[in-house]
Amino acid sequence: MAPTQFPRWISPILGVVPETTSQSQICVRVRLFASYREAAGTARLEVPLPSGARVGDLVDVLAVRLPAVRTAPGMVAVNHSYVGADFTLHDGDEAAFIPPVSGGR
Amino acid sequence: MFKVVDGPIDDIALEDVVRTEADGAVIVFRGVARRYSRGRDVVHLEYEAYPEMAEKVMAQIGDEIKGRWPVSGVAIVHRTGVLQIGQASVAIAVSAPHRGEAFEAAQYAIDRLKQVVPIWKKEVWSDGSQWIGWEHEAHAQESRAAGQ
Repeated sequence: MAPTQFPRWISPILGVVPETTSQSQICVRVRLFASYREAAGTARLEVPLPSGARVGDLVDVLAVRLPAVRTAPGMVAVNHSYVGADFTLHDGDEAAFIPPVSGGR
Repeated sequence: MFKVVDGPIDDIALEDVVRTEADGAVIVFRGVARRYSRGRDVVHLEYEAYPEMAEKVMAQIGDEIKGRWPVSGVAIVHRTGVLQIGQASVAIAVSAPHRGEAFEAAQYAIDRLKQVVPIWKKEVWSDGSQWIGWEHEAHAQESRAAGQ
């Protein structure tokens, strides 16, 4: 599938600069840690999403670049609190992808 | 005190933070880097944190403890960066009038920290490395048991 067939809001994940940003979009600041950070090759991303997008939608977008959010699922925190997939995101939110925390017994 | 630091942890100072004149017990737990893990020799450990959230969640653990046990003080400090064998990655101090609740609260604090505080450990061996998490650790053991 050619990148042009994806919606415009997922194109930054694929390395393509969006042509325009409409007012029906929000931008979420994504932070990645540990195994997720190394797999993605970056600690921070900015992800445009349609207005009203939920955490589950962000996971769908991020999984394109970072399949581990599905294959080794952890938790998601928005603005420093753990949230579920149904949590609605807002412009400027900080969404952190939390791989399973460190072990030890 | 609930802090993420990038240098050695001063656990003596931590005791002074939590102890009051009403206390008959102070528990200071230290988690330290050990040489042997899951059958491999560890060269060193690397810890990475989401510091802003880690400190917030550690403070929440402190609130949970104060809601469950009659303790005077709780302090948690976690270190990030490279740790050599024997160095402390985490220190937890709990003070209480009596030892029973202090022991229970300290045990709760470290168990809860490993469940919910966003801090990760990487084991570095002479021939590789791996980020370790609860699920990952369980999975690695299952894989080894299955001969994979």
